[in-house]
Amino acid sequence: MMLGVTQLAYLVASALFIFALHWMNTPATARKAVYAGVAATSIAVVFTWAQPMVIHHWWIVLAIIAGFIVGVPLSRVPLTAVPQRTALSHAFGGAAAGLVGTAEYYLGLSEGPEHLTAFRMIALITEIVLGYLTFTGSLMAAGKLQEVKWVPQRPVTYPLQNVSNLLLFGIALVLTVALTLHPTAPWAPALFPVIIVLALLFGVLLIIPIGGADMPTVIAILNAYAGLSAVAMGFVLDNKLLITAGALDGSSGLILAIIMCRAMNRSFSNVLFGAFGQVQQVKTAEGEKVYKSETPEGAAQVLEQADFVVIIPGYGMAVAQAQHKVRELYDQLKKRGITVKFAIHPVAGRMPGHMNVLLAEADIPYTDLLEMDEINPDMPQCDVALVVGANDVVNPAARSDKSSPIYGMPIIDADRARSVFAIKRSKKPGFAGIDNELYFSDRTWMLFGDAKSVIGELVKQLASGAGMPSAQALSVH
Amino acid sequence: MMDFWPTLYVFVLATFIGLGVIRRVFRLLHTPLMSITNAISAISVVGSIIVTGGDYPLRIRILGAIALFASMTNIVSGFLITDRMLKMFKTGKPGEGSRS
Repeated sequence: MMLGVTQLAYLVASALFIFALHWMNTPATARKAVYAGVAATSIAVVFTWAQPMVIHHWWIVLAIIAGFIVGVPLSRVPLTAVPQRTALSHAFGGAAAGLVGTAEYYLGLSEGPEHLTAFRMIALITEIVLGYLTFTGSLMAAGKLQEVKWVPQRPVTYPLQNVSNLLLFGIALVLTVALTLHPTAPWAPALFPVIIVLALLFGVLLIIPIGGADMPTVIAILNAYAGLSAVAMGFVLDNKLLITAGALDGSSGLILAIIMCRAMNRSFSNVLFGAFGQVQQVKTAEGEKVYKSETPEGAAQVLEQADFVVIIPGYGMAVAQAQHKVRELYDQLKKRGITVKFAIHPVAGRMPGHMNVLLAEADIPYTDLLEMDEINPDMPQCDVALVVGANDVVNPAARSDKSSPIYGMPIIDADRARSVFAIKRSKKPGFAGIDNELYFSDRTWMLFGDAKSVIGELVKQLASGAGMPSAQALSVH
Repeated sequence: MMDFWPTLYVFVLATFIGLGVIRRVFRLLHTPLMSITNAISAISVVGSIIVTGGDYPLRIRILGAIALFASMTNIVSGFLITDRMLKMFKTGKPGEGSRS
């Protein structure tokens, strides 16, 4: 009887999870999604806990309280730190799957070796390999995103990297086969930790050759891994709720990763094994090109004369926490009756949708945030394109220069606007280390400095400027 | 071994549902989508509760408790931050509680 009730509760929870993701469709229903998700998780926790086999209640209570103590502050991080937080939660998810898998194996050994069938062993090893790999991989990713000192920011490559990784993978595969065939052999309990160590090592090795610009794809892939480890746990425990929820998470990560790869015109394997960021050094050497730089005063005057302004944000806006200043600029321009739109490249920032969340935080209506494909046809009509800390996503080399590592990547056509202002922290090339032709175009003027202070200056100029029609109207009175 | 096929069916069908539903999610909401799926995949909490609370040796339950703590952290922070982000998305039309 009890089993039937639990299964029914799990079924309800699975349906609620599907509804939750369905409601994530549009911002209008998205908050309902959160309530459905919370309801589903609560139902699952309560009915699992109520099962007669659960007898140590205090342990559960303490672990749940500890989860709240850490979880609540983690949900309050500044939105610029959301990519790190997401990577960190993938790490937690991976660790949970790995630990439960480890416990299940040793439990099976001591209490019921007959349960360790070949099928269950394969599921179990998949669970712990994905779990531990996601754990260290996501920690590395979080470290790179947080710019922790001892985590290398630039891609790390060494000779025979892919060969040695494959070799390690082969060893892990052999060990898996051995354990699957002889799960209870006397040497098996000693072999199991070796697989754990290999999985932990894989996580590190997979992430170190990957550069910051590829982080959106990598985070999405780690998301899929975390989901798949939950699926594997579902196979081990024969729990359909785990399988459903894990499959939803896995397919979400997969879709996001595909979108990110398409937005960079690269394949999965190229992102994972193609260590970006080495070829470019040659390019900078060929002759010094000249930038034209402009003062905020001059830029403000040009902006005032415009009818249609497109703002193109990138990671630089997130680093400088400039989104609120951007909002002030948006207000100043809107007051003058200027049309202002934001052009969002799918891989702008460090995770899918990163820019949208920052601009929404600054209270910019999401109806003014346009995707690359929506805005590009309008770019030739654009009077001023203002690039705020974006680089590769506006680099025309992606269209024209076959030797460029980003050749073929779809970009926002900032170079087709009548004039371009690019705000840039320094004269160094961007994260991917590639020179940007846009900056040398005769229609481009550079505004060097921290995005927040440059936009602050622009806002100040506009606020005090006499070009305001309303200010003139006032003085007539 | 007999229970293997229905389980696999569930996995394949759930994956198709997931692909179908998530393909329709607005690009705008990809960051909140990622945090909510994070919280949803922390459903592995179900496995950790059984391992932690069952009548098992101490070292097994310690592993379970750490896993339970990790999943719980994801559930709490995942749903809270998703809600916090979603509250910020406004159309800018009057009557929606937006400041503009």
